[in-house]
Amino acid sequence: MQQFDLSGYEFGFHDNIKPVFATKKGLTKKTVEEISNIKNEPQWMQDFRLRALDIFFAKKMPMWGSDLSRINFDNIYYYVKPTDKQGRTWDEVPIEIKNTFEKIGIPQAERKFLAGVGAQYDSEVIYHSISKMLSKKGVIFVDTDTAIQKYPELVKQYFGKVIPAADNKFAALNSAVWSGGSFIYVPKGVRVDLPLQAYFRINARNMGQFERTLIIADEGSYVSYIEGCTAPIFTTNSLHAAVVEIIVKKGARVRYTTVQNWSKNVYNLVTKRMFIEEEGFGEWIDGNLGSQLTMKYPSVYLKGRKARGEVLSLAFAGKGQHQDAGGKAIHLAPETSSVITSKSVSKDGGRTSYRGMLKVVKGAENSKSTVRCDALILDDKSRADTYPTMDIDEERVTIGHEASVSKIGEEQLFYFQSRGISQVLAEVMIVNGFVEPIVRELPMEYAVELNRLIQLEMTGAVG
Amino acid sequence: MLNIQNLHVTTEGKDILKGINLLIKPGEVHAIMGPNGAGKTTLAMSLMGNPNYQFKMQNAKFKINDKNMFKLTPEERARAGLFVSFQHPVSVIGVSVLAFLRTAYKALHPQKPIKLSEFKETVKKSLLQVGLPEDFMQRSINEGFSGGEKKRMEIVQLLVLKPRYAILDEIDSGLDIDSLRIIAKAVAKIVKKQKMGILLITHYQRILHYLKPDFVHVLKEGKIAASDGMALVTKIERKGYATI
Repeated sequence: MQQFDLSGYEFGFHDNIKPVFATKKGLTKKTVEEISNIKNEPQWMQDFRLRALDIFFAKKMPMWGSDLSRINFDNIYYYVKPTDKQGRTWDEVPIEIKNTFEKIGIPQAERKFLAGVGAQYDSEVIYHSISKMLSKKGVIFVDTDTAIQKYPELVKQYFGKVIPAADNKFAALNSAVWSGGSFIYVPKGVRVDLPLQAYFRINARNMGQFERTLIIADEGSYVSYIEGCTAPIFTTNSLHAAVVEIIVKKGARVRYTTVQNWSKNVYNLVTKRMFIEEEGFGEWIDGNLGSQLTMKYPSVYLKGRKARGEVLSLAFAGKGQHQDAGGKAIHLAPETSSVITSKSVSKDGGRTSYRGMLKVVKGAENSKSTVRCDALILDDKSRADTYPTMDIDEERVTIGHEASVSKIGEEQLFYFQSRGISQVLAEVMIVNGFVEPIVRELPMEYAVELNRLIQLEMTGAVG
Repeated sequence: MLNIQNLHVTTEGKDILKGINLLIKPGEVHAIMGPNGAGKTTLAMSLMGNPNYQFKMQNAKFKINDKNMFKLTPEERARAGLFVSFQHPVSVIGVSVLAFLRTAYKALHPQKPIKLSEFKETVKKSLLQVGLPEDFMQRSINEGFSGGEKKRMEIVQLLVLKPRYAILDEIDSGLDIDSLRIIAKAVAKIVKKQKMGILLITHYQRILHYLKPDFVHVLKEGKIAASDGMALVTKIERKGYATI
């Protein structure tokens, strides 16, 4: 990992907007207008936000899933201008977060960023060289706030079309107060060979609480996007409600990889959806560690003939955590295919749930779907459930569904022990082996970090 | 040496072993034969420390080179040089043979670090020695292996991990004659080279023609009913266990 010189750069952002600004805690029409005004947004976006706010107020909290009643919407800052985040000091960061950074070897400069302490490292340098390469190909890769200013027509055409504000209460909330996130447009036939990583522009405004990401892959194009990192993301704000919308046009391919490790006070409620057109291929790879509660079901809407969608979901729940994750596949056209694979690990009283939805509409004949969810429970205090829903209105389809819940057996442990391997290390190896089919889809550095992180979660140490 | 005196073992409330004595010196091969239910597997599992088997420790001994094994965990016994081959080894998805062996080797021989490239070479040789293809190294351990392949993999582990004393529990069952010969030859070779002590548990005499035991014991009803050389095997072949 490259080290960056931080001297003279303590306040990070290259933003030209000088005044430090945060909206008051709590959510009102005025808050939303303020957010929109400070960003100098076009009227249509402000109107979109305000409509979404009404929907948010009108919608009831979801009554399924997990307990959300402790979220206090009045005690949240809905908008903090990035420069204002500098307010926190390193001393305020909890010791366990610092220890984790230490143990998984995050460079000093990055630690501070990840902990929300002001200092940034200058990834702009890398970002700029990549963005030069991209712009030659006509690829747009900016944060969504910038996109609104620079490409208003393009954004307006697609924004909120995949996930309307009315989709669910948290999508409505995001639509009202969103900030940051990535905007990507890949023109027809363009292949972006390098995965685009939010990581590269870590000091841009993409890692907020209510980020909004929109990716459009035009016909025949290809792009792979990676967000997040395995280091714990520390925030004193306890709600993360993001929206990710992706449009995969005819014959295009998009792979979206997320590895997130929110600190354990966070409610992580994210709506992710892809529209996949004829012969397009969309993949979600979604790894969730950390957070108090995650509810996340990346979806693929297979809208054109022969569209393909895949969801790979990985969840790890330790003490006091509930990972409610899974995937949705909606078959809307003939000869479409989907694969949903979910792996979850629960430990120390943690809870994982697989929640999935498979829908095939009348007329989507000769479609195929495979759903496979495996849960591994490490002790008697922990829990794993599956909640699959199927709604099949077409007869000529091939559907496969397999689910398994397993515990690490005494026999397995004894086998390892008989070869000199301690019980704890045996458990780590078995868990890493269990998640391997998903981890191998990650870029190398993420895979390595994820394995180390699992080891850390299991043993409290990296050996 | 491996020294067992007056070993009593119970499992699920039943007394299975009722006073076993065995003395195995480095480089010796001891065969234990006996009818079904005599306690052969109990002997293997209890010595390795399987938590489902309980020793009666009063007036009993179980030592390797004067180190008391009774109080040690299974992994500590392994580190003291003990190995057992399993009749039905478990499979573990996503843990490759190579990773498994490498981790085990590091745990068993912390004083003898070995480079990954060299280690791979050792594993490869051992695989080929028992007639398994090299690419088994990258497969999940025992996952999707046939019965015979699992048995061979147990021997690969023996060859790579180089214990002082190995208990081979029915390593010959379910193997065709050619595989049996290959495995027996590999074990015989390492016994000689490493001065490894072997406790070979078997139903059948066949393997004993390839891996010649120095001593043959007959286990009946939880006790060693007879001990001798190969002559005992001939006797069993002719008359069965009933007369012993």
